[in-house]
Amino acid sequence: MSHNDRRGFLAATAGLGMVALAPGVHLMQVAQAQTKRAAGEPASRLQRWGMLIDTTKCAAGCDACVKACAAENGINETVADPRQASQWIRKIDIKDPKNGRQHSLPMMCQHCAEPPCVDVCPTGASMKRADGIVLVDRHICIGCRYCMMACPYKARSFVHQPLTRQNPEVPRGIGCVESCTLCVHRVDKGLKPACVEACPEQAMLFGDLEDPNSEIARRIASVATAQVRADLKLDTGVRYQGI
Amino acid sequence: MRRAATLLALGVLSWLTLPVGSVRAADATPKPTIRIASEGSCIAPPEEMRRNHMEMLKHQRDRTLRQGMRGEKASLNECIACHASKSTGSVLGKDNFCESCHAYAAVKLDCWDCHQPKAGFSATGAKP
Repeated sequence: MSHNDRRGFLAATAGLGMVALAPGVHLMQVAQAQTKRAAGEPASRLQRWGMLIDTTKCAAGCDACVKACAAENGINETVADPRQASQWIRKIDIKDPKNGRQHSLPMMCQHCAEPPCVDVCPTGASMKRADGIVLVDRHICIGCRYCMMACPYKARSFVHQPLTRQNPEVPRGIGCVESCTLCVHRVDKGLKPACVEACPEQAMLFGDLEDPNSEIARRIASVATAQVRADLKLDTGVRYQGI
Repeated sequence: MRRAATLLALGVLSWLTLPVGSVRAADATPKPTIRIASEGSCIAPPEEMRRNHMEMLKHQRDRTLRQGMRGEKASLNECIACHASKSTGSVLGKDNFCESCHAYAAVKLDCWDCHQPKAGFSATGAKP
């Protein structure tokens, strides 16, 4: 633990102490402070951003989240081969062959606590931020695509062609691997990811898994939720309800 | 004949003794086009920016991406906000801020493979 990290930890602990001293009044303020970080302040390991997706609400055939993601992140290129299409988020329909029970759900980077993509990356480009968001540092990505093979969720894709119509806040380009960023540019501003905001069924819930007072933590504590491929013990940040 | 030779010698001499930085020097050494679209002060004096902008951006990008620090002093989007050409809206293009100087210095510029070089650009989305 570096000197700076320790200082951040102490400051954050002092903040938590204040909540206990004056509950009610300060809870809301702290909750807001957690979502909008001041300029120059690094992401904190006391938070872990995650998502809870209610598959009982998610409608088959609806792709509002996929469209919202494409608009937010400037995914607008046409690829030569559909197998090269970007995989930031996609809708999948699953069916239990034994009883015919069907689900529709969005699948994207699960923002694992133990991400295999980070394990295999030869350059350190694939990385997990202190607050649990798994990202690709395109500045040092060499495009080897080892992370794409390591990801059990097929959540990463490679940009094969030159791009010119990127969103200024979401740089992406040829020769690098990319995946869902949990809309990190929005989260740092205190906003929710674009897919969560766009869901017409309110089936997606975004929040801090480490904060016991957050809605997502309370839901996970009270209803049965699942991690996809929980057997891999990756401790995913994206959880599903109803599968 | 002698008179003509004297005149010619005088002409050559005066051309050779032109002060440095005059028309002759400018012709011999082409300079990059540095057109600042929005006049004002940058985050540091021009001499420092010319020498160190890459270092500033390199350290800022690592702090922003890897540690999540936002609102840093050096920011590529802020570069564009001031330096993008008024006519094309971009910092790229033969006579525009980034490209003209980098072409002059023969330094490959790959920021814009991923970053958007146009000021105020709004991306559209199409379902992949």
